[in-house]
Amino acid sequence: MRCPKCSGSMRTYDRNGVHIEQCENCRGIFLDYGELETLSRVESQWAQQQYTSPPSQHGGPAWGAPHHGQRGHHQQRSWVGMLFSS
Amino acid sequence: MTVLKDTRVTVVRAGDVVVKAHPEDTDEAALTARLRAAAELPGVLLPPLAVRAQRVAGRLVTLWPAGEPVDPSDPYAAPWEAAAVLLARLHDVPTGGLALPPAGGPARPARAVALLDGLDGAYAAPAGVIREAFHSLPPGATVTGPGAGRLTHGDWHLGQIVRYDGEWLLIDVDDLGAGTPAWDLARPAAWFATGFLSPDLWERFLAAYLGAGGSAVPHGDPWRELDVPARALTVQLAATAVAAAGAEGRPLDDVEQALVSSCGRIIRTAPQRGRVRPV
Repeated sequence: MRCPKCSGSMRTYDRNGVHIEQCENCRGIFLDYGELETLSRVESQWAQQQYTSPPSQHGGPAWGAPHHGQRGHHQQRSWVGMLFSS
Repeated sequence: MTVLKDTRVTVVRAGDVVVKAHPEDTDEAALTARLRAAAELPGVLLPPLAVRAQRVAGRLVTLWPAGEPVDPSDPYAAPWEAAAVLLARLHDVPTGGLALPPAGGPARPARAVALLDGLDGAYAAPAGVIREAFHSLPPGATVTGPGAGRLTHGDWHLGQIVRYDGEWLLIDVDDLGAGTPAWDLARPAAWFATGFLSPDLWERFLAAYLGAGGSAVPHGDPWRELDVPARALTVQLAATAVAAAGAEGRPLDDVEQALVSSCGRIIRTAPQRGRVRPV
């Protein structure tokens, strides 16, 4: 197969069930019908695996403590001072 | 006469008047601009009794009406919503006509980390974690500047509101200025992220802020704006707490250890580009 852009020769790769033709000259990529959709689907599955459920309605940071608000009452007493000072 | 505070600043109450002696290195022009801003924002900031500071024994001194502070015995009963609404209103004020200096918030983490320098070797491990977390912050995150150019309190916590004449108002103009308003939400965000502040209190505070039109963070993804200042505030809180334990020569308590653990997670989740490794 010839590249539709520069007429270089194209080489076929198989990545996770997706056929990709790449031009050896200009590095352009040709996808068969439905292959772009397959890539999008694989990408969204990957994104879902990375996503962990947020600890609250407005989420939390990546570095947040694993158990928000689960501290004992004795601990709560000792951090209250921090609420009121610089 | 009652001494309310005696640290870098001294605050004394005499009858209906509160007298505040500011730190010795206070810039008089900056303080005057901040006093004027407080006088011009009724309903948001407690108005000073005089818009010029006086000099007493070399210290700048300001006079304020005495207000009623938040009851520290029950965090759940604290006026979280009222505080959030005050911050939302403050952040809505254009800084153009006020000729204010930059807000003081971003300068505080470095000052707190510097407190670790004189500590006993017994605190070397937590101090090292805190310093590395500080250096993992994005470049420029803790540089003083006008930031987003919005009116910002600069040092907000629950001790910074009082009830006066029936309404809650913000106090302490020492760090007031043009800045990035997410810094004013960063301390409660840091408390929440470290696990001290329960998700329901955090949600009450954030929902009230957003409901009042608060502009510091986007509705759908507040942590987009909160992440960096909350990391910085966590470093600041950890440094302040460990320095206090060091000054008293005692082991770290649960709260201090939790703050140091947060700093460890801050290092592990830092963007690689902003990370500076000790050589």
